[in-house]
Amino acid sequence: MELTGAEITIRCLRDEGVEYIFGYPGGAALHIYDALHRQQEVMHILVRHEQGATHAADGYARSTGKPGVVLVTSGPGVTNTVTGIATAYMDSIPMVVITGQVPSNVIGQDAFQEVDTVGVTRPCVKHNFLVKDITKLAETIKKAFHIATTGKPGPVVVDIPKDITAQKTEYIYPDSVNIRSYQPTRRGHPKQIKKAVQALLTAQRPVIYTGGGIILGDAHEELTELVRLLGYPCTNTLMGLGGYPATDPLFIGMLGMHGTYESNMAMHDCDVLLAVGARFDDRVTGELAKFCPYAKIIHVDVDPSSISKNVPASIPVVGEAKLILKEMIESVKASELKPDDAAIKNWWQTIDKWRALDSFGYDQSDEVIKPQYVVEKLYELTQGDAFVTSDVGQHQMFAAQFYKFDYPRRWINSGGLGTMGFGLPAAMGVQLAHPDATVATITGEGSIVMCIQELSTCLQYDLPINVINLNNRYLGMVRQWQEFFYERRYSHSYMDALPDFVKLAESFGHVGLRIDKPGDVEDALKQAIADTGRLYFMDFVTDQTENVYPMIAAGKGHHEMHLKPDKVDAHDQRELA
Amino acid sequence: MRHVISIVMENEPGALSRVSGLFSARGYNIESLIVAPTEDHTLSRMTLVTSGSDSVIEQITKQLNKLIEVVKLQDLTENRFIEREMMLIKVKAHENTTREEMMRLSEIFRGRIIDVTDTVYTIELTGNSNKIDSFLEALGEKNIIEVVRTGVSGIARGNRSLKI
Ligand SMILES: Cc1ncc(C[n+]2csc(CCOP(=O)(O)OP(=O)(O)O)c2C)c(N)n1
Repeated sequence: MELTGAEITIRCLRDEGVEYIFGYPGGAALHIYDALHRQQEVMHILVRHEQGATHAADGYARSTGKPGVVLVTSGPGVTNTVTGIATAYMDSIPMVVITGQVPSNVIGQDAFQEVDTVGVTRPCVKHNFLVKDITKLAETIKKAFHIATTGKPGPVVVDIPKDITAQKTEYIYPDSVNIRSYQPTRRGHPKQIKKAVQALLTAQRPVIYTGGGIILGDAHEELTELVRLLGYPCTNTLMGLGGYPATDPLFIGMLGMHGTYESNMAMHDCDVLLAVGARFDDRVTGELAKFCPYAKIIHVDVDPSSISKNVPASIPVVGEAKLILKEMIESVKASELKPDDAAIKNWWQTIDKWRALDSFGYDQSDEVIKPQYVVEKLYELTQGDAFVTSDVGQHQMFAAQFYKFDYPRRWINSGGLGTMGFGLPAAMGVQLAHPDATVATITGEGSIVMCIQELSTCLQYDLPINVINLNNRYLGMVRQWQEFFYERRYSHSYMDALPDFVKLAESFGHVGLRIDKPGDVEDALKQAIADTGRLYFMDFVTDQTENVYPMIAAGKGHHEMHLKPDKVDAHDQRELA
Repeated sequence: MRHVISIVMENEPGALSRVSGLFSARGYNIESLIVAPTEDHTLSRMTLVTSGSDSVIEQITKQLNKLIEVVKLQDLTENRFIEREMMLIKVKAHENTTREEMMRLSEIFRGRIIDVTDTVYTIELTGNSNKIDSFLEALGEKNIIEVVRTGVSGIARGNRSLKI
């Protein structure tokens, strides 16, 4: 039977197993929206802004491992998705974005709502397509899913002109596609794996540093097994949290700009560094010239271009983290070499001294709510079992520091692009994918208003998200930098004329709470979590001038962390083993 | 160091802009870039001349390989290779002495005069970039009216080939 291009598009999504698509209609996409209307299998979630659609699809993808799907119209529909596509691209999130385009015969004529979608999105997609021939439509969509979900994942855009969605052809959805120019490496080179294991087993001061690749590659079990087998310290990047259980004693916390003192000091002093699914981002490495001065670096990554991009690797291993870690485990077990117990014991003693500094420690107050305290309470009350999304700023760092993620795919934030406005729509995708789970979004009064319109979507689809607004009346992270590096010249970092968030939440049909006493924090959270039927917007009035500690400032190395002023730096007293 | 990179890619619209976009986005140099379809019309062949430290060149080849439409790639500079560039050049030829001088230089460099008027010669010259640069130098700036260079194309010497 012949189907229209619009029907084919929806059938492809169905046959790809897509549950939800996040979208917003408009002229060039109307045939597709009509085809959507005439079926029940693929559910469409109507957002309130196309940016919200991309973040929601992104949150869905991050929390499930399945690709997120977006449908928007041409022109402004497309340009509104660019922030969300770039967000997914920077964090390697599998996503397929279907965009309507003006009819083929007017492309290039500055037609109404025409934008060069392929051109506009090119720098922030893994790949994109313009469909010019209806007989290639199904195959192109298959390719888009294949490319988005394999190798290093990423967003793929499929731009479909309106006339193509009206034409008819036979529908055949291919089971698989083979793209001759795209064959990602899956298995690591055995010789490289052997070398890596040899280096690990002869290490005196090893560190295992892992990133989002562990989460994306579903390699958390293998990572946990390898770390425990070796008994070595493990640190995660912001994107990698949950890749190794945070409550495990071998976990030394997040590393990087606002990571733990112990993880950063261990990075600086280590003699062998195993990096898996991490890309040596500048927020992680600090000043490159001071990075891991004593270490032999083993780098495992599915993306060859991540290896030796910022930091040269002595032992590169290209392939999927899961497969490579499995082989490393086998190889460690089979090896005659064993970890040097005495050296490792020594190393742990040093690390424990750093750990004793309690670098995240803050001063609790009876009068004013400390943002860290709210996150700690959320962690306690949900027993570490919630899905937590965040926006960007101090609250994001407090969330990463104080919520201990024992499982992958629970911590959902925009690490690479740092997109304010991500948290709430991302939480919608998470809640749809996990209807019975507790989903919280930790946000700030600056970030939340960037996609506040999605509160309306939350009402329409009954998404009982717990919005935790850490309201410090400042663009806190900006203010912190101005305090530290611009002699307290607070240029445009004060959020004047804030809305009444309680009324705002209520006007969207949700429950709004304003909490300004530390003693009321727990009850508010309890009430919100217990009520699984409604969205709670909790406006926590927090300490205005709290800072995120510790911190690695620009130009500084891992061993030069700026600590909370009352902490005594153990660095000077340490003895390098 | 200067590198000549040969790329076989899918002959799709937009493939060229992916390559040029990559270079501008990541701040890499392009000295020249030429592209044309091959005997297999689904593929096109590109020769790209760039320069950078070893680590930059390593990133360039990795990033190019990462483009979905790139099928195969070879850094010709890693082995012995041949490069050629063609130039079309208009020179002044209005007096007898300059006419003779231009003709003589063209012969020395194995150029061909392909168009003649009473004041202008148009010369075609093929060679590696050094030869073309030397020819331009020999002609002297004041004699040159217009220059068109194709950019470098290259191929490996001997049995090595970049074939799909
Ligand atoms: C879209 C966007 N614009 C600007 C920034 C720069 N920026 C980073 S953090 C921040 C302040 C965030 O303020 P808020 O959401 O109130 O969080 P807080 O730092 O106070 O916790 C800004 C402006 C950004 N990350 N994203």
